[in-house]
Amino acid sequence: MMRATKGDGRIAFAYLTPALLLLVGLLGYPIYQLVLISLFDYGQEQVSGGVPLTFLGLENYANLLADAKFWSVLGQTVGFAAVCVIGTLVVGAALAVLATRVRTWARLTLFLAALGAWATPAVAGSTIWLFLFDANFGFVNEVLGTTGFSWTYDRWVAFGLVAAQVIWCSFPFVMVTLYAGIKAIPGEVLEAAALDGASALRTARSVMLPLLRPLLIVVTIQSIIWDFKVFTQIYIMTNGGGIAGRNLVLNVYAYQQAFAASEYGLGASIGVVTTVLLLLVTLGYLRALKKSGETL
Amino acid sequence: MRVAKRVAAVAAGLAVTVLATAGLSGCAPVQSGPAATGTDQQTGQLRVWLFDEVNRGPKEAVVKEAVTEFQNAHQGVTVDVQYIQVQSRAERFKAAFSDPKSAPDVAEFGNTDLAGYVSGGGFAELDLSSWAEAKDLLPTVADTGKVDGKTYGVPWYVGIRALYYRTDVFTELGLKPPTKLDEIAPLARQIRAAKPDLLGISAGGKYTYAAMPFVWANGGDIAREDGGKYVSTIDSTESKAGLRQYTELISDDICPPAQCAGNGGDASVEAFRAGKAAMVIGGDFNRKSVDASTAAGKYAVVPVPGTTAGSIAPAFAGGNLLGVMKGSERKTLANQFLQLLGGKQYQRKMFDAMGNMPTFGDVQNDLAKANPVVEPFIKTLNAGTKFVPVTPNWAKIDAQAVLPTLLQEVAAAGNDLDTAAKKAADAMNAAFSS
Repeated sequence: MMRATKGDGRIAFAYLTPALLLLVGLLGYPIYQLVLISLFDYGQEQVSGGVPLTFLGLENYANLLADAKFWSVLGQTVGFAAVCVIGTLVVGAALAVLATRVRTWARLTLFLAALGAWATPAVAGSTIWLFLFDANFGFVNEVLGTTGFSWTYDRWVAFGLVAAQVIWCSFPFVMVTLYAGIKAIPGEVLEAAALDGASALRTARSVMLPLLRPLLIVVTIQSIIWDFKVFTQIYIMTNGGGIAGRNLVLNVYAYQQAFAASEYGLGASIGVVTTVLLLLVTLGYLRALKKSGETL
Repeated sequence: MRVAKRVAAVAAGLAVTVLATAGLSGCAPVQSGPAATGTDQQTGQLRVWLFDEVNRGPKEAVVKEAVTEFQNAHQGVTVDVQYIQVQSRAERFKAAFSDPKSAPDVAEFGNTDLAGYVSGGGFAELDLSSWAEAKDLLPTVADTGKVDGKTYGVPWYVGIRALYYRTDVFTELGLKPPTKLDEIAPLARQIRAAKPDLLGISAGGKYTYAAMPFVWANGGDIAREDGGKYVSTIDSTESKAGLRQYTELISDDICPPAQCAGNGGDASVEAFRAGKAAMVIGGDFNRKSVDASTAAGKYAVVPVPGTTAGSIAPAFAGGNLLGVMKGSERKTLANQFLQLLGGKQYQRKMFDAMGNMPTFGDVQNDLAKANPVVEPFIKTLNAGTKFVPVTPNWAKIDAQAVLPTLLQEVAAAGNDLDTAAKKAADAMNAAFSS
């Protein structure tokens, strides 16, 4: 490889400047504002200028971290996101493999169905699922003969239903991505493995999986970030967090406690904490991969 | 890994920088205010925001009439009416307060939102001394438009809840409507035992305004004022007695939690409309929709009874106000339009069109004579009403769903009432003192 000289660096920097400016403007400034707001007592009174601003320092964070409800909601969010991520990956990967093995018309049907789910807006999707699982008039209760059973009342049943909805609308991304990945594996490689006498399982583990690894990393991180930030499904399907708030996840909790109540300072601090947590999760994940000998 | 470290370092550096600059220099989040403009134009466009309704047609027709009358009386003035969604009102009003250019001159808003809007600098103080009709406003209702003794809103209509019950079911089972608060639960249980398809009473776990009369009738309250500050009393013995009576209704032999715990006011009334409940606490504003349902012609209304026979439980004095925005450039016109639309003549028209209960004592009495159906509501109103704490922090408590959570924890999650009430009181006190 050629060593970069100082002049090259400067030119590279010049080329990158427009992108950098864009990133600073679109990403850096909002994050700066978010952090800034989280340090103030910033409610509607302050926004519209009726009341002077008070600088709180880290008080919003201290209050947040001292709140037992925050921790229980955080735990719930992590558990919920984990189930959704695993579910999405398993369903997505299984269907991707299936898609490579079936005839064209079957694959086409599968893709159309998946794209339909993918293209459905979250609000519409959640509402339709609610209709399907309605206690009195729902199709599902009709088929199962359980008319009157409420799918959104019990804590775990409600979480399960929402998780199923989240998986339903996020598996297509995983499926399409992995299908493309599997298709991109050169036929020669698989042929070579077959000539060496590798079983299907062995080929999958030792040939396909390593080749798919970069894609798997991307879809996993994407899924973690998406599912950790779930808002719409919980908000709509459990009517704002379930009975007595037992189905709350972090984003809905932040909305309820901070934005609906006009406590923007507190809300911003929840936003910062979420961002940091997601950053840590992603870094931790990358690090674990690195340890297992993968180059990024 | 170097990338990760660098990202972490940059993040930490950014945080430290922001902390330092925000603490030391004048660097602060944006503030913008509806600075009073001082101008008072006599022509041009007057902007009005009213709430959208499920069935808006009749409301729109009355408002159009008022607009035409106003435009004919004022040369060179046009009135632009916009209907905003109740669900997203908070966002709309917040945006209007922050940007006076997109704000209306006159607006309809819920009376529980008043304190928050006033402290947000949104609404101007009203001078009603020169308005002859103002003296006939019912005092308890007029108080819902005041903050610290100053008037910011004219009550446009008042929402009062009473007990709806199915006359056919009661006759069939040989029952009489309850005369005491503690008769409701046994009565409801008896009905459900005889007719398992019916909810004894449709009592929602999120239906705060149905639960509060139980608390008030027992001598409890949400909060009391103590030296200019509110202190929650939702965990007092009296309040808990009322909460216990209400949450008892949300049980399998009256209104099963799986069906009822998630319901607010609309869903509770909906069950009655669908013919699935023998009783419900509903508002005068629900009357028209019940008349258009399967329960039509088969129901009657009585005031929610108090703890002793013949008494009436204090109801929540809900309703909407009309106010003038602080940043309005046409204050005089705005006030004139408010007095026209909020005046006796148009309140009467709104009653005919929408069933909205007027806020003037004399208008109410006239209507009660002509429409016996509104009598239980007017009786309830005259027996004395209660209100939520008048503080901007109430919006916070409302948004954080403190009371619904309390009701649901006790009724559905099986939590202990003492603990749940204490938790709610702590949450309220935290909000009151912020």
